[in-house]
Amino acid sequence: MTVAQAAALGLTEDEYQRIVETLSREPTAAELAMYGAMWSEHCSYKSSKIYLKTLPTEGPRVVMGPGESAGIIDIGDGLVAVFKLESHNHPSFVEPVQGAATGVGGIVRDIISAGARPVALLDPLRFGMPDEWLQRHLVSGVVAGISQYGNSIGIPTIGGEVKFDPCYRGNPLVNVMCLGIGEAAHVQRARAEGTGNVALLMGSKTGRDGIGGVSVLASRPFDAEAEAKRPSVQVGDPFTEKVVIEACLEIARRGLLVGLQDLGGAGLCCATSETASRGMVGLDLDLDAVPLREAGMEPFEILTSESQERMLAIVRPEDVEQALEICRRWGVLATQVATVTTGGNLTVTFHGDVVADVPARSLADEGPTYHRPAARPEWIDELRARDPLTLEAPKDLGEALLELLGSPNICSKRWVYQQYDSIVQHNTLDGPGGDAAVLRIEGTPRALAISTDGNGRLCQLDPRLGAQLAVAEAARNVACSGARPVAITNCLNFGNPEHADVMWQFAEAVAGIGDACIALGTPVTGGNVSFYNQTGETQIHPTPVIGMVGILEDASKRVGIAWSAGHDVVLLGETRAELGGSEWAWVAHEHLGGTPPALDLAAEKRLIDLLAELAERGLIASAHDCSEGGLGVTLAECAIASAVGATIDPESGLAPHVWLFSESASRAVISAVSAGPVLEAAKAAGVPARVLGRTGGQRLTIEGLLDLGLEEIGQTYEGGLPSLLG
Amino acid sequence: MNVGVVQFPGSNDERDAVWAVKHLGGEAELVWHGADSLGDVDAVILPGGFSYGDYLRCGAIARFAKVMPAVVEFARSGGPVLGICNGFQILCEAGLLPGALTRNQALKFVCRPQPIRVEKSISALVDAGEGEILVIPVKHGDGRYVPDARGLRHLEDSGQIVFRYSDLEGRSTEGSNPNGATDAIAGVCNEAGNVLGMMPHPEHAVDPTVGFHSGDGAAVIGALLKRAVRASIA
Repeated sequence: MTVAQAAALGLTEDEYQRIVETLSREPTAAELAMYGAMWSEHCSYKSSKIYLKTLPTEGPRVVMGPGESAGIIDIGDGLVAVFKLESHNHPSFVEPVQGAATGVGGIVRDIISAGARPVALLDPLRFGMPDEWLQRHLVSGVVAGISQYGNSIGIPTIGGEVKFDPCYRGNPLVNVMCLGIGEAAHVQRARAEGTGNVALLMGSKTGRDGIGGVSVLASRPFDAEAEAKRPSVQVGDPFTEKVVIEACLEIARRGLLVGLQDLGGAGLCCATSETASRGMVGLDLDLDAVPLREAGMEPFEILTSESQERMLAIVRPEDVEQALEICRRWGVLATQVATVTTGGNLTVTFHGDVVADVPARSLADEGPTYHRPAARPEWIDELRARDPLTLEAPKDLGEALLELLGSPNICSKRWVYQQYDSIVQHNTLDGPGGDAAVLRIEGTPRALAISTDGNGRLCQLDPRLGAQLAVAEAARNVACSGARPVAITNCLNFGNPEHADVMWQFAEAVAGIGDACIALGTPVTGGNVSFYNQTGETQIHPTPVIGMVGILEDASKRVGIAWSAGHDVVLLGETRAELGGSEWAWVAHEHLGGTPPALDLAAEKRLIDLLAELAERGLIASAHDCSEGGLGVTLAECAIASAVGATIDPESGLAPHVWLFSESASRAVISAVSAGPVLEAAKAAGVPARVLGRTGGQRLTIEGLLDLGLEEIGQTYEGGLPSLLG
Repeated sequence: MNVGVVQFPGSNDERDAVWAVKHLGGEAELVWHGADSLGDVDAVILPGGFSYGDYLRCGAIARFAKVMPAVVEFARSGGPVLGICNGFQILCEAGLLPGALTRNQALKFVCRPQPIRVEKSISALVDAGEGEILVIPVKHGDGRYVPDARGLRHLEDSGQIVFRYSDLEGRSTEGSNPNGATDAIAGVCNEAGNVLGMMPHPEHAVDPTVGFHSGDGAAVIGALLKRAVRASIA
């Protein structure tokens, strides 16, 4: 083996030397491929782990934090919620339908690995501007892929986001979050234990698809040869996924599992080395036992193939037959491929020869760690100096609001979510289209509220503050439904970590997430890092996406965003002159500059607690978070959702367009039969509150500023995406 | 009185159907696709989903499932059968209902609350009068009903059209038809009036707190339970 061969697998010369030192010899071809995959950025987190270590991961409800397949929280009554957010960005650009579909499949298997039934999917998506054919093709393909796969496996897609910005033009973001519910007593660990125990490979046969997915696709920037990478994208088979889910859950329910892990990036190599490493054991892996799709596959191909719909189950020898019987019943192929050994080595045989014999820990846990150079970029000062308050004010505020409501980032995403089955499993209390998705926890009075949020523009202006704002908005969205935020997962989408400015953005963003999670009491239970989101010289805006989960103790107390006529409308929080990174500045002037809205995390916490309290006490009829597009858009969305108008009294002190479109943080618009008790509660909680007006009629009237009919507002809002996407 | 809900590999709404029946006070259990018989059941639901992946034509493989001869026999002997979505597709493939379900006209999966109009039909398959509007969710990619060779006229004349897609006022318009179905047909029954197939999902509309917040599906599931009681007495 040579350094050149190592380079082809994405390993550096130093990394190659490190392998030689670990083994005290030259690696075999198979071993080199294994290290190439496991030490890839995607699998090893080598550039990010020094930062991720700093995140707060503990809390009273956290059952399992980062390190296993997914995070787990206690949701009462002996039940746990298992959730994780992950990216499938590069595959989705190369082949949007299958890339997105297999993204869904992968995250679902992470949830099954914990022995939980997947009950919800949410998809945060980012694309370039939809006026370009390629972007429309990507949107249609990605949505079709999620729709085909998610719908076919019977898991409701209850939320997510779709946003557009030119920075994603050559690198769309396809993030997928899955949440499962399981019994605390049956939580599975992704680890191998017990000498003599057996590893069963369940699901699809192993083929040549997806080889190099983690190293070739996910851990390098894009270039002109993206087309040639298409064979590195896997093809999804949702039917097999569905029966694998059912078989795994049945095996778990019968108590037959020692450990369970999915096969995702780096395939069998990753699943065997990680389970062995976590269990501090070794595995004897027999590649001749692996069912193959085609003859003539090399050991390195079998080891690193990313063929979808496969799981590795560790079972005791006496339980093997029962487990196989369950698999047969579901029509799931299952084969004994490995045996647990002492000693800690992953020993791989093929045609009777040992083709790899390496310490499992060296693959899974002892890969390189990098302290890559990080430096605050100079361009950021120029960007921040571009003050959006100097932008020309709109002549007609009504027109300006309509323009925003029909714009790609604000308009209704019905075109997208109507392609997703959002109601299967009969627990969806509130599906897509509101602040947070709310899911009943069957058999209990409780519900889970889930929201995904992230704003790349704000992070471009200030990655630390932008990341804090993402956590705050996710928590606020969950609180608007009446739930109390509990914990987060995240997907950190960034550019090329070999650039010092990207690394600085990453370090800042992680610090921001940490600050916000500590202040809001929502620990990080896991997540995913996606680097190399770069095409040519274009780096995406830093885009940390937060997946927040909250608990509503009494599901019947939840509130939506829709108004009823004859109620008082109250703004909680303060509106300041903050247009930096705002949607208005972008839509009206294609302007990105200034500083993001200021965030006082203590004030945010007070607002979140107040929102949950107001819902619990039954004092409010609706609540809607104020974010992109500001107060104007928030009010319009409430009116559209309810087909009830309102008459609003504007605040003086700010220029009208600034008041209407400022994106000041820590605000929500609530409605109530009577404002009095709300104002009292707000005062007691230390949250600024102001009566904005009263609901009723079929117009949204903001005295002296604008007066629009609901029909026009609604048609503009609903017509945005269909007119862009057809 | 017991409803058997057939579970094929790839079924997705089978637990929802069992839950809906129980929610309305009935008894229900899953029947495995590999079973030789239906067991002691008074009604059968073929649920929604993607049986065997539906990689060929929807329902085309499920009709050959081991349990299907028992379902056919149960239907032919007058037992109440309800096929929902994939179940409707399977009933068509199995020859228990006329016509076929093809790809949605817009070539996209569609999931939305859907008003349907109750038509004058030959049998008491729904607890609602002719012309009543029920809001029941649709969620399918292959739901465009196309009648068989005997045609639309025959279905109409023999009172086999049970539901049509409409708007909330009962008008069938282009926008109210979610899939381009011929004559906006959402559900049909067999000539004997004991087998009903429909694309909308009544099992997802029995509890207004969840889904699209409608309880109108109880009119279909409830009627099935009544039919089951009559069948069990007979």
